[in-house]
Amino acid sequence: MDLITTRGLSKEFIEKTLSLAQKFEPIAREKKRVNVLDGKSVACLFFEPSTRTQMSFQAAISLCGGRRIGFGDARASSSVKGESLYDTIKMVDSYASCIVMRHPLAGSAAKAAEVAEAPVINAGDRDNQHPTQALLDLYTIKKLKGGLDGLTIQFAGDLKHGRTVHSLAYALSNYDVTIELFSPPNVRLPADIVKELSQSVKVKEVSTIGGSADVVYATRIQRERFADKEEYEKAAYVIDPELMKMLKKDAILMHPLPRFGEVSEEVDSDPRAKYFEQAFYGLPVRMAVLSLLLNGRDV
Amino acid sequence: MTEKDDFMKIRRIENGLVIDHLPPGKALKILEILGVGEEFGGEVSVAMNVPSSHYGRKDVVKLEGRNMDPRQINRIALVAPEATVNVVKNYEVVDKHVVQVPQVLESVVACPNANCITTIEGRPKLLLDQKTPLLLRCAYCEKVYAENELKY
Repeated sequence: MDLITTRGLSKEFIEKTLSLAQKFEPIAREKKRVNVLDGKSVACLFFEPSTRTQMSFQAAISLCGGRRIGFGDARASSSVKGESLYDTIKMVDSYASCIVMRHPLAGSAAKAAEVAEAPVINAGDRDNQHPTQALLDLYTIKKLKGGLDGLTIQFAGDLKHGRTVHSLAYALSNYDVTIELFSPPNVRLPADIVKELSQSVKVKEVSTIGGSADVVYATRIQRERFADKEEYEKAAYVIDPELMKMLKKDAILMHPLPRFGEVSEEVDSDPRAKYFEQAFYGLPVRMAVLSLLLNGRDV
Repeated sequence: MTEKDDFMKIRRIENGLVIDHLPPGKALKILEILGVGEEFGGEVSVAMNVPSSHYGRKDVVKLEGRNMDPRQINRIALVAPEATVNVVKNYEVVDKHVVQVPQVLESVVACPNANCITTIEGRPKLLLDQKTPLLLRCAYCEKVYAENELKY
């Protein structure tokens, strides 16, 4: 099995991952080692920069008793010499038992999965998908809110280009949730995604951050998506202690990170700010994904 | 003038295909999609903007002396969803069917997403997402496109 997209990803796989991640969490906290990967090689091909995803995969491979091969900078690979993705994957497939890949072109992970016999894990393909982020987001919500059903999850920011938003929204469609959308008009969630989500969950646009939402999932708004500075400044938002007053007392604030000013550092001390905890959960969740995809093994 | 007269407007063909009920003005696009050009070899007749009792106006294309794989012809359903294909043998129509958009379109149209992997390598593959109005989804980048956004 490959993990390329959360669109159509089964609830059974999601639940299995979340439940296994729970078993891995104490191991990840104590930085212990489990030998579920039996020394298998996992290729990490990061054609694009990454901090959290790359490092948490590296740590997950190591804690699971696997070996990491690969590169964290495309300049260190033959792709700079013009080698095709097909050739790169064909070759890596003969070296590794699993391929984790981040690539600057959308659909690259699906293409790699067609070529490779080893399982391929999409670690981000441009503005399309980032499925392991969605799984760790689900884990965070489930862990901190005690479950997923019945919750209202609000997405804020650039919902058009945000791959973490697309992945999480599709993953949430397996649950009985309400999805709220807060974004500037030019970066709304694409209509086809809204339409598909609406078949299984309630989706509505909102004009303010917070309100009745149980989870606020903030994402950044990039300057380059706007025609002029004025338009950008109108659309940009900053979640500061004042804006946090708009959130319910028991709501949680998440962010896939990195942040670029849309959540002020003053908010970090607010007990509802959970983005660093969320980033940590990437470790047990990626341990679970690797373990399930490589050999279906439990701890 | 009846539609039958109109069907006959260009001379009857002995063997080949008559592709009828094309939206007016689309005949040349249809030839492009079917790859009918200099290399075709057969005789090609085109009638554009002729009266149609059902559609008001329509285009008709006749391809003489060549048969085509029905799967290849179905590709025209992207721009002419109500087109009919008449197979003619010895001046008689021996088979007639309405085109259908295939579930999978491989190497037919490019994915319009400039940031899709298929713009750099590999063959484009679009999947039928919705018949009416037509929407296609790229099998790789997952983006959804309407017919007027596609490039042939």
